[in-house]
Amino acid sequence: MSIKIAVSSEGPGLDDMLDSRFGRAAGFVVVDPETMESTYLNNGAAQLRGQGAGIQAAEMVAGSGAKLVLTGFVGPKAFQALQAAGIQVGQDLQGLTVRQALDRYKAGQVQTAQAPNSAGRR
Amino acid sequence: MRVAIASGKGGTGKTTVTASLARVWPGPLTAVDMDVEEPNLHLFLKPELAHSEQALMEVPEADESLCTACGACSEICQFKAISLLGETLLVFPEMCHGCGGCLMVCPAGALHPASRHLGEVLWGRADSAGFVMGRLRVGEAMSPPLMRAVNRRLQAMLTEEPGDVLVDAPPGVSCPAVSAVSGADLVLLVTEPTPFGLFDLRLAHQAFTPLGMPMAVVINRAGLGDEKVHDYCRRSGLPLLAEIPFDAEAASAYAQGQVLTDVLPTMRDLFKDLAAALPALAKPLREASHA
Repeated sequence: MSIKIAVSSEGPGLDDMLDSRFGRAAGFVVVDPETMESTYLNNGAAQLRGQGAGIQAAEMVAGSGAKLVLTGFVGPKAFQALQAAGIQVGQDLQGLTVRQALDRYKAGQVQTAQAPNSAGRR
Repeated sequence: MRVAIASGKGGTGKTTVTASLARVWPGPLTAVDMDVEEPNLHLFLKPELAHSEQALMEVPEADESLCTACGACSEICQFKAISLLGETLLVFPEMCHGCGGCLMVCPAGALHPASRHLGEVLWGRADSAGFVMGRLRVGEAMSPPLMRAVNRRLQAMLTEEPGDVLVDAPPGVSCPAVSAVSGADLVLLVTEPTPFGLFDLRLAHQAFTPLGMPMAVVINRAGLGDEKVHDYCRRSGLPLLAEIPFDAEAASAYAQGQVLTDVLPTMRDLFKDLAAALPALAKPLREASHA
């Protein structure tokens, strides 16, 4: 059984660019990697948030049922929140479309992270 | 009368003006440094800070064994300082604004009040004036809660020794600056006659206008730049109360931690006139309450 994957993205589709920011990503494309069926979660409210964008995004991803996030940079609080929700993190991705990021994961080229890779904003 | 000395732009001379006014103030006075992130008024007034206290803010602490994972706390928190992820409750005390909402809504008694160290409040005397300041803990991101603690101490001091108050505000126009000028009967905006000075003066004027207290302007480093700050004051009805000349002697005195009125006789007259001009501009409400 495959797990649902949330990819931080600049737009709603598989061919939109991956957004390298986790907490302040424009949205998340949530994909079933077997069928490639996807839904989109708009994260626009995070842009207005002075603080807590990463935690808010982690809550949103947790609510979608995804068990893995593919993204660029994850701050310490977001990372802690994702871990608490039992969501794995594939980070350091940049310059790819959502589909390319998923392909890379399927090819076994994305390691899941044990620690955050960004200092975060606060 | 409570006068807040503010600016938009940093480095325009708020502390220079506050310290000089304090020196020539005609009656009982308490000077307050509300720039708790980078306090410096004490470097000029050189108070004897005989007292200090730690300032704390209430933040939640969770007892996970009692948490039923209902999510009520997570939902009420606007700052994501407490968050329920699946069955796991996470508390980020450093992000808490201390509203206490989570403690009120928890139906399981799983949250209890703990505290976060904000910094310290220090107070004492600077010659004949009272003096109080805050110093934010390094790493603390929020200054308004500490500023409220400074204000509580100020109120206690005023109960013992009533008098006027001069508040040295932080620069900028965001929460710390707005917190510092709140409650003032008059805001003195210190600026310089340059494009930067004008730009930030306008921001400050706009930011503080909704607070409803009168404002007036002091130009520092007069003789530099252009006349556009003067034009702006005329157009927008902001009284221009004083112009402190751009002067190497003044800069040198400042650099040595001296108060301008102590070393430059012309400054003494200038600041005495400024102090004398303030009561007429301040909110009449406060004057009425003295009667």
